[in-house]
Amino acid sequence: MAQENRQRLDARGLLCPLPVIRTQERVHDLAPGTLLDILATDPGVMQDIPAWSRVHGHVVVSTEQDRGCIRITIEVCET
Amino acid sequence: MKKAIALISGGLDSMLAAKVVQEQGVHVEGLNFYTGFCVEGHTHAIREKHRSRPRRNNALWVAEQLGIKLHIIDVSSEYKDIVINPKYGYGQNLNPCLDCKIFMVNKALAWGMEERDFDFVLTGEVIGQRPKSQRKETMPIIARESGADDLLLRPLCAKNLTPTRPEREGWVDRAALYGFHGRNRKPQMALAESFGFSDYAQPAGGCCFLTDAQYASKLQDLWDARGERDYELDDIMLLKVGRHIRPASHYKLIVGREEGENRYLEGYRKRFLHMRTTGFPGPLALIDGAPKRRDLTLAARILARYSRGRTLPRVDVSAHHTDGVVEMLNVEPLSPTDLPASWHV
Ligand code: SF4
Repeated sequence: MAQENRQRLDARGLLCPLPVIRTQERVHDLAPGTLLDILATDPGVMQDIPAWSRVHGHVVVSTEQDRGCIRITIEVCET
Repeated sequence: MKKAIALISGGLDSMLAAKVVQEQGVHVEGLNFYTGFCVEGHTHAIREKHRSRPRRNNALWVAEQLGIKLHIIDVSSEYKDIVINPKYGYGQNLNPCLDCKIFMVNKALAWGMEERDFDFVLTGEVIGQRPKSQRKETMPIIARESGADDLLLRPLCAKNLTPTRPEREGWVDRAALYGFHGRNRKPQMALAESFGFSDYAQPAGGCCFLTDAQYASKLQDLWDARGERDYELDDIMLLKVGRHIRPASHYKLIVGREEGENRYLEGYRKRFLHMRTTGFPGPLALIDGAPKRRDLTLAARILARYSRGRTLPRVDVSAHHTDGVVEMLNVEPLSPTDLPASWHV
């Protein structure tokens, strides 16, 4: 089985739209199929990262919120 | 198929402009620039009182409505030069709109035409919409100085302007573009309705904080106090948050107005001398500048005035220095009459 390609982006402390911009920059360099865990603290990402992903054809796999910290996992897709 | 880059602010005009061209069979992608002054997001993310409103990034929302890709580009560091030295000056406040437009069109050109194979740039500008930057005379200036020349199309007012290359070469049909002008928004609203758009954002002054009189006066105060026109990204973020109180030119207090702001200011506590009341809830205050020892008492008294202990005879305040040293102060909260209005930036 191919090893799962998983990466992490720490956008904690950044205010929207910076977490989206950092996500966009990172995804630009990732191969389709990669999972990207985005850590953030601005609740705005709950809307903005899924919206950005829909617009670019990537898939939000999961969203978790633990006290102040948010983790959104997206799967990079071919666009 | 021809490809156009649309400058998407998140407002109605750029949304319509992109749609009009898209309807003509052109492939459109959106660009949105993050200057650090964008109204988008920040205030909403920080302040509790805005939490009930749906928090969305309007530019992304527009892209979804149009079914186009939207690329958000961080230009905050280069943008500084535009804000500090605008060749064409400022609008009503510290908004360098004309220079800003030239900068953005130029960036779009570099992004889309030099690095990718786009054919032209489009904006939602309307002649006469804004007193300074959107006038008939400024349209050619933007086209020329940005380097876009006749590859810059304004679909909403194209009929009032000289035909551009996309029109001349038949990439778009000039007859199906518009001739809007002036401040009347009715034609845009009717066009929005014909496309079935509702719930779009209608920003009042402009797309950024630089058009806001209060914000602009805080930025001016920062420049005056430092004796130079410069700023870091953190400075301009902090200007959006809290009460700014300047008792003297060499320091000011940034006092959180509510929980959301206090939490945000917390993020800066390692980099600033900061103060809080001890024993009962109160705001967090960052001290920006270089306060002298004797200033700390006054700063603590001001902070105490905004805490729950404001009516008590004395209040304990802790001052946390950046080297980790914590100093305890016991002060009399400043009475509202002792806090001159002129200290409020
Ligand atoms: S309002 Fe702000 S973002 Fe919009 S054109 Fe003027 S300076 Fe640029």
